[in-house]
Amino acid sequence: MDKAAQVPVYDSAMRGSAALEEWHEVLRYRYLIMQFIRRDILTRYKRSVLGIAWTMLNPLGIMIVMTIVFSQAFGITQKGYAAYVLSGLIAWNFFAQSTNAATLHLVWGGSLIKRIYIPRTSFAISATGTGLVNLVLTMVPMLLVMVVTGVPVEPTVLLMPIPILFLAMFALGFGLLISSFAVYYADVAEMYQIVVTAWMYLSPVIYVPNILPEAYRPWLQLNPMYHLIQLFRTPLYYGQVPQLSQFLICGGIATLTLVAGWLVFTRKADEFAYRV
Amino acid sequence: MSLRTVSEASRIEYAPTENLEVLAVSLENVGVRYRIPSEKFFTFKEYAIRWIQRRVTYRDFWALKNINLQVYQGEMIGIIGNNGAGKSTMLKLVARVLRPTVGRVMVRGQVAPLLEFGAGFHPELTGRENVFLNGALLGFTHQEMEEKFDRIVDFAELWDFIDSPMRTYSSGMWARLGFAVATDVQPEVLIVDEVLAVGDEAFQEKSYARMQSFRDNGATVLYVSHNMATVEAMCPRAAWLDHGEIKATGKTSEVIREYRKSQSA
Repeated sequence: MDKAAQVPVYDSAMRGSAALEEWHEVLRYRYLIMQFIRRDILTRYKRSVLGIAWTMLNPLGIMIVMTIVFSQAFGITQKGYAAYVLSGLIAWNFFAQSTNAATLHLVWGGSLIKRIYIPRTSFAISATGTGLVNLVLTMVPMLLVMVVTGVPVEPTVLLMPIPILFLAMFALGFGLLISSFAVYYADVAEMYQIVVTAWMYLSPVIYVPNILPEAYRPWLQLNPMYHLIQLFRTPLYYGQVPQLSQFLICGGIATLTLVAGWLVFTRKADEFAYRV
Repeated sequence: MSLRTVSEASRIEYAPTENLEVLAVSLENVGVRYRIPSEKFFTFKEYAIRWIQRRVTYRDFWALKNINLQVYQGEMIGIIGNNGAGKSTMLKLVARVLRPTVGRVMVRGQVAPLLEFGAGFHPELTGRENVFLNGALLGFTHQEMEEKFDRIVDFAELWDFIDSPMRTYSSGMWARLGFAVATDVQPEVLIVDEVLAVGDEAFQEKSYARMQSFRDNGATVLYVSHNMATVEAMCPRAAWLDHGEIKATGKTSEVIREYRKSQSA
């Protein structure tokens, strides 16, 4: 009868902090999140011949297109431009794909959360997790391209987990914010695709910041992705240790966004089953 | 079965388990309100404009009103009513999927909802992979699933197909696997929402036998069905929901008689 004391009792009238409760549930359901990530990675390429290799081939292909377009058509002749573009694309794709997947999973996975209790953040968390797996895989062609285009690979690449962590925190927080809205208005998910494309061209993903006219450059400082991409590139492409201020700015952006996203999302989460 | 007052019910947490009249599920004055915008099809832009103009109006729709229902441990209760009466909404409250707009819902113990046909399975994954995915959805860990796996496939009788993608399964096979995963370990509260209509007769009988053994072992079963014969055969007590309200609770045969009377009138 000892076990009886442990029987969980759910009482809708008892409500602690939604944000904390969600955190406990996420820990309890961590195996589910692993399973979601596994499912997303396995099913995405299940029927294609090259399978998971597409994760690496896809950014390589886009890099080749961008490099040709920008070096031939616009005459950019930066040394190792291909590696520069690829490093930007990897960071950007991770952000764009995980935030996008977070909203789509919640909107389309709605049938699931209407039938069974699972922590609602698990969609966004697993979307970020899937993105992280892809990001780590694309580091292989990244290093390859650096070697081929003569960009030296410095030991500073060992610092990469830090910018990747900040990027993941930012993406998760932003994904939660966007999906809080997308549940109410399906249009948000559609609009977001356009916003992300515009945002990419406003960030130094495929161009170097100093090709921008002097007057516009200060505005870049307001773009959180500008800081995160720079922090991502510094130890990788430039082979330098980022400055302390860079770490602080990016850590601050990441933490603030994650906390804000978590609070907004968990506050709204009870209403989702009424809406999705 | 003695009725408990609300204040007694709220002390359920401290009730000893030896007591056979422990409440497993309790709904007190529960209501669920959906707010439906009175104009359909708006986009975000339209919505924003109307919101600024303060012209967003809602029509309140109470899917459940003033529901009071006490289900005791080890009881198997049937829930009947027409489509749209609020049966599924009530089950969602018990499954923690929906929080009540008003009132209080209490559930003692782990709830296992039998997912409707196919929800939670991915067609491109194999049966084996889906068993683990589905187990995770029910809140089990990897080790627990490893331990349960053989029993699940035995019960579903799917050893020959377990490594084929689920898209090659028949609907009966989906239902069998879903039932087997959800009921491998006896949950404290089992929610069955008309899922057993799929699957062939032999499997249906096997499933009923399993539910009955759960009940005999002290599990609580909430059973929703339109099939009055099975409700009467399986559930001593029933509740009849109509337009979001409980019209009658009590002995199943009597509740069904009331329900039928309203249908023919």
